[in-house]
Amino acid sequence: MTEFGPQPVLVLLEVDQTGELSSSAAGLLGGAAEVGTPVALVISGDADVAKSAGKLGAEVVLHVRSAGSLEDAADAVDSAVERVSPDVIMIPNSIEGRDIAGRVAARRKLALAVDCVGISRDEEGILAHHSVYGGAYNTTSAAHHGALVMTVRQGAIEARASQAAGSVVTLEVTPGKAPRPNRGAFHPAVVSSTRPELRGASVVVSGGRGLGSREKFELVESLADTLGAAVGASRAAVDSGFADHSLQVGQTGVSVSPQLYVALGISGAIQHLAGMQTAKVIVAINKDESAPIFDIADFGVVGDVFEVVPQLLEALDGKAG
Amino acid sequence: MRIAVLVKEVPDTWGKRTLNLESGLAERASGDRVLDEIAERSIEVALDYAENDADTEVILVSMGPDYAAATLRKGLAMGAHSAIHIVDDGLRGADLSLTAEVLAEAIRRLECDLVIAGNLSTDGVAGVLPAMVSEHLGVPQLSYLSSVSISATSVSGVRSTEAGTLELSADLPVVVSVTEAMPDGRLPSFKGIMAAKKKPFDVWTLSDLGIDPESGDSGRSIITAVSERPPRGAGVKVVDEGDGGVKLATFLKDNKLV
Repeated sequence: MTEFGPQPVLVLLEVDQTGELSSSAAGLLGGAAEVGTPVALVISGDADVAKSAGKLGAEVVLHVRSAGSLEDAADAVDSAVERVSPDVIMIPNSIEGRDIAGRVAARRKLALAVDCVGISRDEEGILAHHSVYGGAYNTTSAAHHGALVMTVRQGAIEARASQAAGSVVTLEVTPGKAPRPNRGAFHPAVVSSTRPELRGASVVVSGGRGLGSREKFELVESLADTLGAAVGASRAAVDSGFADHSLQVGQTGVSVSPQLYVALGISGAIQHLAGMQTAKVIVAINKDESAPIFDIADFGVVGDVFEVVPQLLEALDGKAG
Repeated sequence: MRIAVLVKEVPDTWGKRTLNLESGLAERASGDRVLDEIAERSIEVALDYAENDADTEVILVSMGPDYAAATLRKGLAMGAHSAIHIVDDGLRGADLSLTAEVLAEAIRRLECDLVIAGNLSTDGVAGVLPAMVSEHLGVPQLSYLSSVSISATSVSGVRSTEAGTLELSADLPVVVSVTEAMPDGRLPSFKGIMAAKKKPFDVWTLSDLGIDPESGDSGRSIITAVSERPPRGAGVKVVDEGDGGVKLATFLKDNKLV
């Protein structure tokens, strides 16, 4: 028992571009609550954002006002570990989260488990659950000794914690020794305000080479907007310039595990399947009836996306009306 | 300048990749094995600079089983000057923490000015090693770069993420990680392949590096269970006869997906 409750679990929560807690926060705190007492770490200039972690299940929220760099963020996590002495540290498996987790694990000589899709505890301690090789295998790992640092795949943990106290405590950060690069100009990406983030989205509509051009890729966006979905793309579509690289789903892009995945004009190369085959329901439309995507699709339509999708949109609008 | 490029042999993503159901370790010897594509891009970044600077040496650094040597030769055939292959039975099933310690120690001994790595490997997809190596070496890291510019004394680049683009720079020594937005690696020429056979290729062991994986100083991640997920079966497939969209809408509604 510590001042942070029994078996404290340190959870780094990210803040999204709108300044609110990122959509991954609820899952991380949900997982944390199943194995101990969630203690959140929030880096934000706004104390109300820190406070909001309580609604998602954080018993205590360690608040740091700002971190100019990833190295600063790693120092904040390091100081929080020192203060809380957790037996597991959960960090989102984002581009930034991976750098932070790597630094903290190397600095504190802790075991590191990456891209975890679940967390549990047995009599010997914390277990991290993984889905590897694009969901072909499930593995479980643990720290041989000491605390475990884990990066958690966004959107993978479905558990949700009930509201907790969320008492905000200001955390004093001890600056670390890691040298910082010089930071130049930052150009924020243009955010589509209405569409959900690809990572962690519950519905994803992706387009492939079959869309034919960047202009025609709009069809993917229309269906996504009708379904309230995030937009994704196959590597072929990205390489052909139909969609931005940040939308790439697959082995070398974003891995998603949505409730519904709609593949439009995507043949289903192994590299693509590796990034989406853990989706609950997969729907595919493709001209080529022998496309591998049909081997894993729950519902497949062999046909032209430019005929099937407009009809689908009409049929769905009919329902909404 | 001495540039270390971290490279890795991986199972070919286009083939079937398997895990041993007893140990949970990758069956590295089975299936096709290739030089990781992101490693080829990293080598390309180094060669691009070395081509215009005769004093620059590009050293491939890899940790992996002895049979990966043939794959490392491909990097030499592309144009790298030498290779260090760290091979040791004590590294079988090495976790990220041990791998980072080993690579960092090798780089320290090679006295490199610049370390270039891919942002994440195609098989492990951990994406944490460059940061870990940077932390161990105590040198700045420019991570997740989509463009890189190297000078005799410094490195600059652009980090592109979902949040936006950020310009970063640092004086050498630096650890850099690059994304697949960087250009493809060049194909080895016939001349390059012949020359690769004569290039320095050193094999180092854990004792050469003075590392004892069993020392107990560091926490290690161990695999406690592994199982194969049942393959996903195909569901319903209909051929569009002018009603494909309606049928699909019905499927989505029936399954409460809309």
